[in-house]
Amino acid sequence: MNDIKKELQVAALENGTVIDHIPPEQLFKVVSLLHLDNVSSRITIGNNLESQRIEKKGIIKIADKFFEESEIDKISLIAPTVKLNIIRNYEVVEKKDITLPDTLLNTVKCANPKCITNNEPMQTHFHVIDKTRVRIKCHYCERVLNKDEIEIL
Amino acid sequence: MKNKSLVSITDYSKEDILSVLKKIEQFEANPNQRILKGKVVATLFFEPSTRTRLSFETAVNRLGGRVIGFSDAATSSSVKGETLRDTIIMVCNYADLIIMRHHLDGAARYASEVCSVPVINAGDGSNQHPSQTMLDLYSIYKTQGTLENLTITMVGDLKYGRTVHSLLMAMSHFNPVFHFIAPKELEMPFFYKELCHKLGITYYEHSDFSEEVINQSDILYMTRVQKERFTDEMDYEKVKNVYILRNKMLENSKPNLRVLHPLPRVNEIAMDVDNNPKAYYFQQAKNGVYTRQAIMCLALGIDI
Repeated sequence: MNDIKKELQVAALENGTVIDHIPPEQLFKVVSLLHLDNVSSRITIGNNLESQRIEKKGIIKIADKFFEESEIDKISLIAPTVKLNIIRNYEVVEKKDITLPDTLLNTVKCANPKCITNNEPMQTHFHVIDKTRVRIKCHYCERVLNKDEIEIL
Repeated sequence: MKNKSLVSITDYSKEDILSVLKKIEQFEANPNQRILKGKVVATLFFEPSTRTRLSFETAVNRLGGRVIGFSDAATSSSVKGETLRDTIIMVCNYADLIIMRHHLDGAARYASEVCSVPVINAGDGSNQHPSQTMLDLYSIYKTQGTLENLTITMVGDLKYGRTVHSLLMAMSHFNPVFHFIAPKELEMPFFYKELCHKLGITYYEHSDFSEEVINQSDILYMTRVQKERFTDEMDYEKVKNVYILRNKMLENSKPNLRVLHPLPRVNEIAMDVDNNPKAYYFQQAKNGVYTRQAIMCLALGIDI
């Protein structure tokens, strides 16, 4: 078991990104959020793997792909435990904890149908008011959204 | 203040609130001054609100300014499909100040961001109506002589009533004790109770509108329980007559107690209260003109 796990963890990626410690139930949401169906480079997806940090985990390895901050922000909304490893020339050159930023620009749709952002051609803008419980407040209509109300654009 | 616009009562710090109250006092003493002479104020009412519009326009007229605008979106180009952004940018070219009422939440904040002149929010949907809050604060300040350490009882629709939420936020600077009286369906949202908790503000919740609570209060802030807020008409029928203030309920209230209401009222304050010297809601509305004079001068950077 250990050997298999080890092999999966270190499977060779020359350049790219490893998204690790994804809660299994969020794995496919992360896939869809990052639009990995449109990525043509090599992608390896594993789920329900054993993990020391969380009970079970999912992992995604994407060759030759490095993400923008705004894309990363989106992951932090649904899977804040995720770790990002940046691989260059077979080496992990950077390990990143993803954290919710203080503001989210054009990332989340406001749940209030009467919010101006749902009625004008404009960007959405949220302030993160509780990073632990994931609660955000619309900059415009001031509605507070709990984690389960967050719909990502 | 960084931004001269007033969109939400939280744009004002405690110091800002106190300084505006002093200015309102000055306007009440002398409401007719020519200090807006040569200024053009646009009142853009995408949603009709006669009371608020007349109050703002009276405030401008008494200060010698000119008013342009519309009182209904039907007479604006938004019916042609123009975006709010375009309407606002266009009006900025004409006016020194924009007073705006809109049916969508957050419209005023957005307008203040695309606009080169200050914007005063005269109500954005169910979100904010800061000039109402300031006139409520002034009414409390004037009748109690202070905003500090007061017991404020809010009655009626505490769930959807934007006036009570904004008043709660504004009063949170002044160490109040709150009593929230509402039916279960319309109780104060968790967000505001949690805020009180965080700020160390004492609050009590009741579903009974009892004299015991009235007798402890310095301010009784009444609001309308609106039928359209209920999903089940039976629920409405059960509570519709529970939150009615009658004159005899004020018999043993504190001498300094004043009854406030943002108006319009329907039946939640019985007519027999009107003649009680503790009824303050009509004077409260009158304070609106002085309040708006002060807010506009502050937005325009005019010192009085």
